[in-house]
Amino acid sequence: MTPPVLEVKDLRVHFLLDEGVVRAVDGVSFAVHPGQVVGIVGESGCGKTVTMKAILQIVEPPGRVVGGQILFRKDSAPPVDLTRLSPKGAAMRAIRGAEIALIPQEPMAAFSPVHTVGDQIIEALRLHERQWRPTGPRLSRHEAREMTVDLFRSVGISMPDQRVDAYSWQLSGGLRQRAMIAMALSCKPRLLIADEPTTAIDVTTQAQILNLLRDLQRRHGTAIVFITHDLGVIAQMARYVVVMYLGRVMEQGSVADIFHAPKHPYTRALLKSIPSLHVIPRTLLPTIAGSIPHPLGRPHGCPFHPRCPDAIPGVCTERVPALRPVGPQQLASCFLYHRDEAAER
Amino acid sequence: MTAGPPVVAPETAEDRVSVASNWRLVWWRFRKHRLALLSAFVLLALYGVVLFPDFVSTQDPEATDARLAFIPVQRLHLFDGARLSPWVPAVAGKRNPTTLRMEWGVDGSRKTPVRFFVTGYSYRLLGIVPAHLHLLGTAAPDGRERLYLLGTDRLGRDQWSRLVHGTRTSMTIGLAAVTFSVVLGVMLGGISGYFGGVADVVIQRLIELLQSLPTIPIWLALSAALPRDWSPQQVFLAITVILSLVGWTTLGREVRGRFLALREEDFVLAAELAGASRRRIIVRHMVPTFLSHIIATSTLAIPAMIISETSLSFLGLGIRPPAISWGVLLQEAQNIQTVALAPWLLVPGLIVILSVLAFNLVGDGLRDAADPYSQ
Amino acid sequence: MSETATPWLLEVRHLRKSFPIRRGFSRRLVGEVRAVDDVSFTIREGETLGLVGESGCGKTTTARCILRAMTPTSGEMLFRAADGRIVDLSLLSRAELRPLRPQIQMIFQDPFGSLNPRMTIFDNVGEPLLVNGLRNRRARLERVAALLELTGLRAEYLHRFPHAFSGGQRQRIGIARALATEPRLVVADEPVSALDVSVQAQVLNLLLELQTRLSLTFLFVAHDLSVVKHISDRVAVMYVGQIVELATTEAIFRHPRHPYTAALMRAVPAPDPHTPSGDAALAGEVANPANPPPGCYFHPRCPFTTEVCRTERPFLRAIGAGHLVRCHRAEELALTGAC
Repeated sequence: MTPPVLEVKDLRVHFLLDEGVVRAVDGVSFAVHPGQVVGIVGESGCGKTVTMKAILQIVEPPGRVVGGQILFRKDSAPPVDLTRLSPKGAAMRAIRGAEIALIPQEPMAAFSPVHTVGDQIIEALRLHERQWRPTGPRLSRHEAREMTVDLFRSVGISMPDQRVDAYSWQLSGGLRQRAMIAMALSCKPRLLIADEPTTAIDVTTQAQILNLLRDLQRRHGTAIVFITHDLGVIAQMARYVVVMYLGRVMEQGSVADIFHAPKHPYTRALLKSIPSLHVIPRTLLPTIAGSIPHPLGRPHGCPFHPRCPDAIPGVCTERVPALRPVGPQQLASCFLYHRDEAAER
Repeated sequence: MTAGPPVVAPETAEDRVSVASNWRLVWWRFRKHRLALLSAFVLLALYGVVLFPDFVSTQDPEATDARLAFIPVQRLHLFDGARLSPWVPAVAGKRNPTTLRMEWGVDGSRKTPVRFFVTGYSYRLLGIVPAHLHLLGTAAPDGRERLYLLGTDRLGRDQWSRLVHGTRTSMTIGLAAVTFSVVLGVMLGGISGYFGGVADVVIQRLIELLQSLPTIPIWLALSAALPRDWSPQQVFLAITVILSLVGWTTLGREVRGRFLALREEDFVLAAELAGASRRRIIVRHMVPTFLSHIIATSTLAIPAMIISETSLSFLGLGIRPPAISWGVLLQEAQNIQTVALAPWLLVPGLIVILSVLAFNLVGDGLRDAADPYSQ
Repeated sequence: MSETATPWLLEVRHLRKSFPIRRGFSRRLVGEVRAVDDVSFTIREGETLGLVGESGCGKTTTARCILRAMTPTSGEMLFRAADGRIVDLSLLSRAELRPLRPQIQMIFQDPFGSLNPRMTIFDNVGEPLLVNGLRNRRARLERVAALLELTGLRAEYLHRFPHAFSGGQRQRIGIARALATEPRLVVADEPVSALDVSVQAQVLNLLLELQTRLSLTFLFVAHDLSVVKHISDRVAVMYVGQIVELATTEAIFRHPRHPYTAALMRAVPAPDPHTPSGDAALAGEVANPANPPPGCYFHPRCPFTTEVCRTERPFLRAIGAGHLVRCHRAEELALTGAC
């Protein structure tokens, strides 16, 4: 197997507030292989967005990466630990946008309202030119514009040569997200991070955007980290799924394993509790008891134990389970599958 | 015991936060703002002086004695050796043989002891209770020993006592004028924001008109129109009204904006759907939501009022002697000769700076703490 | 159709709401957005009518008109009040509405903005009781405590402030407040869309349970088809201000008759990697309600468009028992549903 393009190892991001320490990401590990779509799924406060920010090194204070490694690999070169780079340094800036690109949830906020979307993409193309095209003459503005029009065409924007000169607020939500995808792809990134890219748009437009992303991924073979709270979207998009809860990975595995043979009680309960088009109307859904704890009131032991139907008293309440294999490609952090670990004191 | 279900005793910090009202949350956040807290104490002290000016004074601020003009500052020493026994160096005057003027200097060799809670000139406490107790004074009140903590002015009046009385006027005017502007601003801004339509248009145009007028000429014109024979109290009231008539507009805008934003809030719609009356929606749901903001904004508006009053009086158009305010006191320091001869006459300026700074810091702290749910 | 056993509680007829578009310094009228464009439906006592559509389709405006948080431009909204009178909500003044307010309540989308942060839970939930005449504090305390228990919250939370609760708990508090006055009609505007996945099911179950226990009538507004399917007896699908299809949940999900309804169902990503969905995604974007296309509003995106769709505006018509559809070609199309 080819070495992973991104490897997150035991990542810890803490927020030091006056009221206490919020362990937003607390020991998260996963790997993204070239051409793979890895879905990170979880509810609010699970740390999926903070993980994304840590990868891009854009965690705002009082948040801080306090431990772990984020290894980013370019071709055959030895991997770079992104946590060791200065967030504002030249090395990180060269990676951000060019090697690792972001598709944000709200493209309205990502585009500047005073420049046309085309200009912003042209700017990015020229700025990162040496990363995506190490040799050749300097890119002229005219060439960059031609490339932007082509990019717009490839992401399915109609009348691309006119839309290039539009401002972001003149575009509809769907078009804006397409333009954002064009911008993210402009520098031929090795890794694309999509942070809830379809949460702010309607379901019929969402279907279009998901199709587009799937299509582009197939064509370019870009690795994608797809972050969402929507289990339906993750099932349709990801090949490998990481399920997070309160800053920890509960379970990870291939999409088929996660959806058809979930091991962790949280994953199982979550899948059962979502209303889907295939259930009988007006029947009670199985639920997960309680609510997500306040980030400052994090439970002792396994973070899920107060809501877990299978919690082992004296074990899950006391100790934090490690992420261990439960299948050929599947890992879960749960004492139910590691009786030996649960037994040892 | 009182009726009703038992209130669960708050045990953990989380429980304490759960039952904390808005005001308590504001206080918790304000408390963290050290500089603002310190400034709040300064303001409390200043308003203490406002309440009991005569108690803090050492001399009658009106008493003049031309022979005692321009006595310099006598520095207050708290310890005599190791013993707590406050004293000031005595002053000694001698007549300049050429100008024939009395010239005063500090005689470091002699000490005038200072006592706490001494009997002095009589006054009325809070304007009602006859009293003659003072915080500080000399042991011999018959005038043989002198105490001028901030020196004297050209008429031999005690600068410290005059400053204390000036503080009363200026701080009160600031507060009164802002209170009056808040009333105007909340009422007109509220009407404008809640009802909208024609009322909104009229009030907004009025605000724009008032804001486009150059303030200083307006003040000048209005205060020049005050009859010369008005009593100091009448002038005081008139100045307050003039300041607030011009000053309410910013607050009015702020209140209008808050009302416009709040009108769209779900909880206001919920109250409307519950069948609450307009009055109840405004009084119970909307006003409490932005009250802390209004208090913060008003606190920030007070220094502007104080500065306006001081400038007006300095120009001789505001409070007029014999009434005393910071502006009136600074009038004494208008010419460079006086300032060179008696620099202590500039002390009121320092107090103006101190109070304005304190108000601004407290206002900033309040504004940051005003919305505890913004995190 | 209306000759069913249960009488209707609300009958909406030809409801319209348009917003003027003004431009320039003189606020000149340059057009209007027809947010709700001739909407008619009935809600029977004890049923849940789901109103579903994408953003800007007019579902929320319809709900707000019924609640009279907005005044409709035209149309009738007949409501059968508790005393048996039938009143047209659209004609009532503010004062005339007040006695009817307790009978029509709302559950909000945003659990954070819908509770007054300055008031305790007791004051928030007790507010409708207080303004409707329950002045005795003791009685109110008992009633609010009972309401909290009813919605699955502990009564000792009474004196806490909203900031102490999670989104799901706040939504329960909002439901308790909506039920305080024993309303006959509850309008729920996206009540679970702001909640976490693991909490959504709890709130949906609570609504279902409360409906059976208190025989409530719901107008359930949502954009999420699976949620609507889960809770509704009948479903109305809206597109650009109009109802394009209305039928029982069973019928509409099994055999959708409008191409838009079918496309909407196909677009929902299935939480199952072996059931690919969204492959035949609808092209284009939702029409602009300020300048809708001629003919059928859906024709530019419809895969079955013919000449008549481009020129003639379809009417909402009955096709089969209780199944209404606004499509020229409803009979000939064989659309697949989601069941």
